[in-house]
Amino acid sequence: MIAEAGLAALWIGAALCALQLAAAILAVRGEAELAAIVRPVAVAQALLTTLAFGLLIWLFVRVDLSVLLVGENDHSEKPLLYRFAATWGNHEGSMLMWVAILGVAGAAVALFERKLDPRTLVATLGGQAAIGLGFYAFLLFASNPFARIDPAPAEGQGLNPLLQDPGLAFHPPTLYLGYVGLSVAFSFAIGALVTRDVGPAFARAMRPWVLAAWIFLTIGITAGSYWAYYELGWGGWWFWDPVENASLMPWLAATALLHSVTVLATRDGLRAWTVMLAVIAFSMSMIGTFLVRSGILTSVHAFAVDPRRGTFLLALLFLYIGGALALFGARIGTVREGTRFDLVSREAGLVANNLLLSAVLGIVLVGTLYPLILEAATGTKLSVGPPYFNAAAGPLALTLVALIGAGPLLRWRRDDVAPLLRRVAPAAAVALVALVAVKLLAPSIHILSLLGLALAAGLALASVAPLWRRNLARAPLFLWGMVLAHLGVAVSLAGMACDSSFTVEKLVAARIGETVPVGPYQVRFAGVDPTFGANWQALEATLEARRGDGDPLILRPQARAFWAPPTETSETAIHTALDGQLYTVLGKQAGDGRWQLRLWWKPFVTLIWGGGAMIALGGALALIGRLRRGRVRVREAWA
Amino acid sequence: MKDSTKWAPLIAFILLASALTYGLAKPDNRNITSKMIGASVPSFTLPPAAAGLPGLSSAELANGKPHLVNIFASWCVPCIAEAPQLKAIAQAGVPVVGIAVRDRPEALARFLGRNGNPFRAIGADDASQVQMAFGSSGVPESFVVDGKGMILQQTIGPINPQDVPGVIAAVQAAR
Repeated sequence: MIAEAGLAALWIGAALCALQLAAAILAVRGEAELAAIVRPVAVAQALLTTLAFGLLIWLFVRVDLSVLLVGENDHSEKPLLYRFAATWGNHEGSMLMWVAILGVAGAAVALFERKLDPRTLVATLGGQAAIGLGFYAFLLFASNPFARIDPAPAEGQGLNPLLQDPGLAFHPPTLYLGYVGLSVAFSFAIGALVTRDVGPAFARAMRPWVLAAWIFLTIGITAGSYWAYYELGWGGWWFWDPVENASLMPWLAATALLHSVTVLATRDGLRAWTVMLAVIAFSMSMIGTFLVRSGILTSVHAFAVDPRRGTFLLALLFLYIGGALALFGARIGTVREGTRFDLVSREAGLVANNLLLSAVLGIVLVGTLYPLILEAATGTKLSVGPPYFNAAAGPLALTLVALIGAGPLLRWRRDDVAPLLRRVAPAAAVALVALVAVKLLAPSIHILSLLGLALAAGLALASVAPLWRRNLARAPLFLWGMVLAHLGVAVSLAGMACDSSFTVEKLVAARIGETVPVGPYQVRFAGVDPTFGANWQALEATLEARRGDGDPLILRPQARAFWAPPTETSETAIHTALDGQLYTVLGKQAGDGRWQLRLWWKPFVTLIWGGGAMIALGGALALIGRLRRGRVRVREAWA
Repeated sequence: MKDSTKWAPLIAFILLASALTYGLAKPDNRNITSKMIGASVPSFTLPPAAAGLPGLSSAELANGKPHLVNIFASWCVPCIAEAPQLKAIAQAGVPVVGIAVRDRPEALARFLGRNGNPFRAIGADDASQVQMAFGSSGVPESFVVDGKGMILQQTIGPINPQDVPGVIAAVQAAR
C-alpha cells in the first residue's frame, strides 16, 4: 500500500502543479483574484512530493522487495544508513528527490519571499510550476519509482559498493539542493521577463535564493571531490569526468550570477546579463542531468541507461532552455539599459570576473562535449582529459584569482588607476616574494603551480584588505562573508598547487617486513590479514608509518570484496597530519609473497577542501548578513 | 541591445541541442577501434580449461585460418545470453576458440552442458594475464583474428543476434 500511496501523492502533486501553472498564467494576464490561490497550491504541491519521497525512503528502509526499484538497489543485510541513502543511489529515486526539492524550493519562495513585486512573484511561481510539470511527467511516464514487481524477489540486488559510504548519505542531497535550488533563479528571471520587472528590487529579492543554492552547490562539489579522493583510491581529487564537469558548470554560472546580481542590486547595471546568467545557471543543471542520465557521454558515474529517458530529457531541455532563451530574445529589448559605469570601477571589475567565469565555463563545456562533436564530424572516438582542461582553463582561472584580489579594492562607479595600484601594491609585493622564493626552493616546479602558489599568497593578503582600517565590530556580516570566501579561494588554490607539484608517489611490490620511504615517512609493511563486515570480506594490510623517531602510526588499507552485487573495491587508509596526508592503498598480490602497495605523501592537500569549506561558509555569512539587513529595512519601512 | 545579440543565446543553444540530439540518435557502435587492431595476438600458451577440449596458444591462431577468439567465463551472465549467437557463428563454419577467465573446470563443464559448446579449444586464463594482454577489460569480448594471428576486430560485450552476420562476414573476409 505504501508504494500505491506514494504514486497517488505524486499524481495529485502533478495535478496541483498543473493548477499552479494555469492559475499563475491567468493571474498574470489579468484575473487578479486567481493570484491568491497560487501560493497555497505551491505549498500543498511541495507537501505531496515530499510525502512521496518520504514514502520511498520508508520502502527502502524496510526493504520492501515487491517494489522493483527497492529490489534492484536495496539489500536486507545492509546497514540502516545505506538502506536509507540507497533511496537516491539510483536513477528513479534521485529523480524523485529532484522533483521534491523543486517543489520545496517553490514552496519556500511562496512562503518567504516578501520583497518581490506581487505580480512578478506569481509569474515566478508559474515558472517554477512549468519546470515542475515537465519533471513530474518524466517521473510518472518514464521513471516511475513505485513500480511493483511480481513475484517479488527473495533478496535485493544491493547497492553499488562504491556508493556504500557515508558520503552517499550527504553528497547527492546537498548537490541536488544546489542544482535544483538554481531553478528558483531561473523562475525569477522568467517572472521578471514576463512582467518586465528587471531592476534593483528584483535583484535584491533574487540574491538570497541564488546565494543559498550556491552554498549547497559549493558544499556538494567540495564533499564530492573529497569522497572521490578517498573512496576511489586513485589519489586524485578531480578527474574532469563529464559528471564532475556537469556539477562544475552550474557552479561557475552561479558564481558569475552571484557577482552580477550584486551589480544590479547596488548600481542598477548589467540588467540583461544578470537575467541571462540566471537562465544559464539552471540550464547548466539540466544539461548536466541530461548528460548523466542519457548515457550520451561515457563516465565513471554510470547509471542504468535507457534511450527513452534521454529523449524525454532532451525534449524538456528544448522546451525549458529554448523557451527561456526565446522569451529573453523577445523581451530583453524592452528592458531599459542599466546605469553606465567607468572602465576602472568595481562594476567593471565584476564584469571582468563574469567574463572570465563565463570563459572557463565555455572551456569546460567545449571539453565535455568535444568527444561528441568530433565523433559527429569525423567518426573518431576520443576522450578529453586533464591536459586540455588544465592547459586551457588554468591560465584563465589564475587571471581570475588575480582579479579576486584587486576587485574588492575598487570603488563603485569610478576609480583611478594610481590609488588602486597603491591599494594593490602590498599584495602584489607578497605575490612577487612568494614567486621568487618558490622558484628558488623548487626550481623545476611547473609554471601553473608556481603562479598558483604566488597568487595564492598575494590573494591571501588582498582578500583581507577590505577589512583594513575598518571597525571590525561594525563591519557588515556580508563583508566578512566575502572576505572569508575569497580567502578560501586562496587556501584552496595553495592546496591544489602543493598537491600537483610536491606529491610523492610510490608504487611498490613489497614483501612483508619491508620498509618503503614516502616523503617524510618510513612505511613498514607489517602484514596482511583477512577481515569482514556486514556484507563484505576483505584483506587488510597493516602498515606502520614512522616519521622521525616518533611512535609508529598504524594504517590499515583494505582490498574489499562485496557479495551483493559481487564487486571489489579498495578502501584507502589515510593519515592526516598538519602539513599533509599519507594516503595508502592495498593492491593485488603480486606473487612470490609480494603485495602491490600504492603510497602517496600529499603535502597540504587538505587545504583544497578546507578552502572549499571556507568558500561555502563565507557564502553562509553573506546570506545571513543579507537576510538580517533585509529584515531591518522592512522594519524601518514600517516605522 | 541589438537584435542580433538578443537572439544569439537561443541560436547557440539550438546548435548545442542539435549536437546532443545527434549524440542520442547515433547508432551505438560497440566495435571500438582498439590499439590492438592490426597488431599480432600476444604470445601465450594456455592449458586446457575443460575436459575433452585442447588448450589454446598463440601459435595455433597463426595456423593460416582465421578464428573468432571469445573471452568468456562461466560466472558471467551476459556470456549465457551470448551463447546462442556463438553457436550460430560456429555452425556457419567459423572456428570459434575460447579463453576462460578465472574459471573452474567443473563450473565450466556445467556452463558448456547447459548452454552448448561452440568452442574447438578453450584455454584456461586463471590470472587474467592473457585477457589483459589482449587489451580486454571485461567478459565477454570477442576478437576476429586472421590466419597470421593478426587482430582485425574487437567486440566489447556480448555479440547480439543482429551482430551475427557481421561477425561471420568479418571472419570470412579475413581468409
